[in-house]
Amino acid sequence: MSVKSLEELKKIREDHIKKVKLRESGESEDQTIEILVGMATCGIAAGSREVMNELMTQITENGIDHIKVVQVGCMGYCHSEPTVQVNMPGHEPTIYGNVDKAFVADILNKHIKNGEILDDHVLIKTYHSAL
Amino acid sequence: MTTQRTHIMVCGGTGCVSSQSLDIVDKFKSELMTAGYGEEVAVIKTGCFGFCGQGPIVKIHPDNIFYVQVGLSDVWEIVNEHIIKGRVVERLLYREPETDKVLPKHDEMRFYKKQYRIALRNCGLINPEDINEYIAFSGYEALGQAISKSTPEKVIETVKASGLRGRGGGGFSTGLKWELTRKSIADQKYIICNADEGDPGAFMDRSILEGDPHSILEAMAIAGYAIGASEGIIYIRAEYPLAIKRLQVAMAQAQEYGLLGKQIFGSNFSFDIKIKLGAGAFVCGEETALIHSVEGNRGEPTKKPPYPSVEGYNGKPTSVNNVETLANIAPILLKGSDWFSSIGTEKSKGTKVFALAGKVNNVGLVEVPMGTTLREIIYDIGGGIVGGKKFKAVQTGGPSGGVITVADLDTPIDYESLRNIGSMMGSGGMIVMDEDDCMVNIAKFYLEFTQDESCGKCTPCRLGTKRMFEILDRITKGEGTMDDISKLRTLGKSVKESALCGLGQTAPNPILSTLNYFYDEYLAHINDKHCPAGACKALIKYSIIEENCIGCTACARVCPVNCISGAPKQKHIIDQSKCIACGACYTACKFQAVMKP
Repeated sequence: MSVKSLEELKKIREDHIKKVKLRESGESEDQTIEILVGMATCGIAAGSREVMNELMTQITENGIDHIKVVQVGCMGYCHSEPTVQVNMPGHEPTIYGNVDKAFVADILNKHIKNGEILDDHVLIKTYHSAL
Repeated sequence: MTTQRTHIMVCGGTGCVSSQSLDIVDKFKSELMTAGYGEEVAVIKTGCFGFCGQGPIVKIHPDNIFYVQVGLSDVWEIVNEHIIKGRVVERLLYREPETDKVLPKHDEMRFYKKQYRIALRNCGLINPEDINEYIAFSGYEALGQAISKSTPEKVIETVKASGLRGRGGGGFSTGLKWELTRKSIADQKYIICNADEGDPGAFMDRSILEGDPHSILEAMAIAGYAIGASEGIIYIRAEYPLAIKRLQVAMAQAQEYGLLGKQIFGSNFSFDIKIKLGAGAFVCGEETALIHSVEGNRGEPTKKPPYPSVEGYNGKPTSVNNVETLANIAPILLKGSDWFSSIGTEKSKGTKVFALAGKVNNVGLVEVPMGTTLREIIYDIGGGIVGGKKFKAVQTGGPSGGVITVADLDTPIDYESLRNIGSMMGSGGMIVMDEDDCMVNIAKFYLEFTQDESCGKCTPCRLGTKRMFEILDRITKGEGTMDDISKLRTLGKSVKESALCGLGQTAPNPILSTLNYFYDEYLAHINDKHCPAGACKALIKYSIIEENCIGCTACARVCPVNCISGAPKQKHIIDQSKCIACGACYTACKFQAVMKP
């Protein structure tokens, strides 16, 4: 394969930036949306690993910027696993419980994109000690 | 395909590799496979993170968690706890020595806080053996833009306006060097990358080549385009096998992508690079000697002029640029000369990478803006002196430089300021010394190095460095006279003025500088036959303080030459005629009964 123009170089970059983007979001702290997925034994048993992978897949496919998905330990809501916490800059953190693959799209499309809080799954809406 | 959610970055620089980091990479891969996470978690071997004193380093993205001193036996725990359960393994986090605080992220560490990484931008961030990752972080864009949207003159203008100066030590304007080479009329021109890093303790060029080889290839192609050369040569010492291997991998990838070779970016510009291995002679870092070595001749310098920009490799105009200099080129073209010249001091722009070593807590590779003070580097980034001892001096510029004392710690570093205080920038070695280091001995160490590395072509350097070394050797053995000091001064001055190349001209610097700042130490060696730092073995006389000795026999038991006598519970005595001054008794005594001179 030969790169013959700046456009072709740009194409290679776009193809590969997706793979390395999470390193960049890891580096820059400010203005990054954080999605924390509870991945303790309780979470994994309830399917948090699938939720996490679904989040990653959809974020990559939709090319969402300034976002990072981080796995964390038990948040204490073992009765409602899998749990997902959304931290948006300038907003109170929100914790969702009983998250499944289908709900992942709602988090990304409604909460992240439009700032809509999805009451059905909310475990806790406002608290001051974000992780 | 599931998208990878976590990247485990393992340092693959020479320092960490020697602490099994490659085995750690394999172990991570196999543990992840076994746990069934091989698909969603990637393990990436990167270039040097710079914090070599804490290696092997493992960084987890996107959590941005920085694990230090990771061993093979820790891999399972990181996978099981961090990767599977999301729990940070606290015991592997960095603990700041001054505050004893645990810091999980690199940007909280004082070692990284004041750093600004341009030349090292991709080290630790990308897999150096994957051209796609380099391209993902804007790699080869500067080359593409230069060729398709700019002209050689404009490229030279930008580099000139940026104020970039040669990072190998000379500090000559890079843009001007390119302009002079461009202006020389010839059918063929060359660009040579000087990777003959030879200062004792300096390893920034190696780390850049190992961690980001494409940045050098790209910059060489840009330089080739700017000066009108179609051929580039990387002159690298054979002692850098890992850097050579990564360069070869990178060159093959760049050729496959057509980023090296014929008609780059569909233009008429063709450029190819070859590697020339050097045998590691220090003098071959000097550009004329380097060129002779590339030609297959003896690595000896010749008189300038003619400068290589007029008559270099094969008698054709050649631009010789250092690795770190080249690593700055792509960012300058992408972000503009104004951006680069906004960093640094009035005459020295941009950043400089220093290899921080010696008696400092945080040993490693640091990149700071020009104008940062030595105090900031040693105390803020370096974390102060090991064991809370007293700072004595810092040596910069390697065998060509000098020592800087506590009085000049607040000098903002740039090419001129270091020269004004009797040292020099050099390639960026920075060796910190404490109260236990003898300055006469340090001068002797550097002279031993230069007299060994002198190519022997010119008399001042060949004989001068040897004689100066012999005098210093005498002084450290307590056999020096006051006459030796004036001999050192006269010899130093004449070698400085009459040697053929930079090696000889700067070789007396370590002596002249220590004579200037630590004259009293020379006097103590000569007049009192005493080494104030207790480092010169011939002058060390260990003795036992009778009042403190309880006759525990600990010293006698560790003495390798059995020169300590005394019955149990009786006072012990050291036989000075047999003592080899190893210091074992001093370390073994728990009652401060052994006196160090």
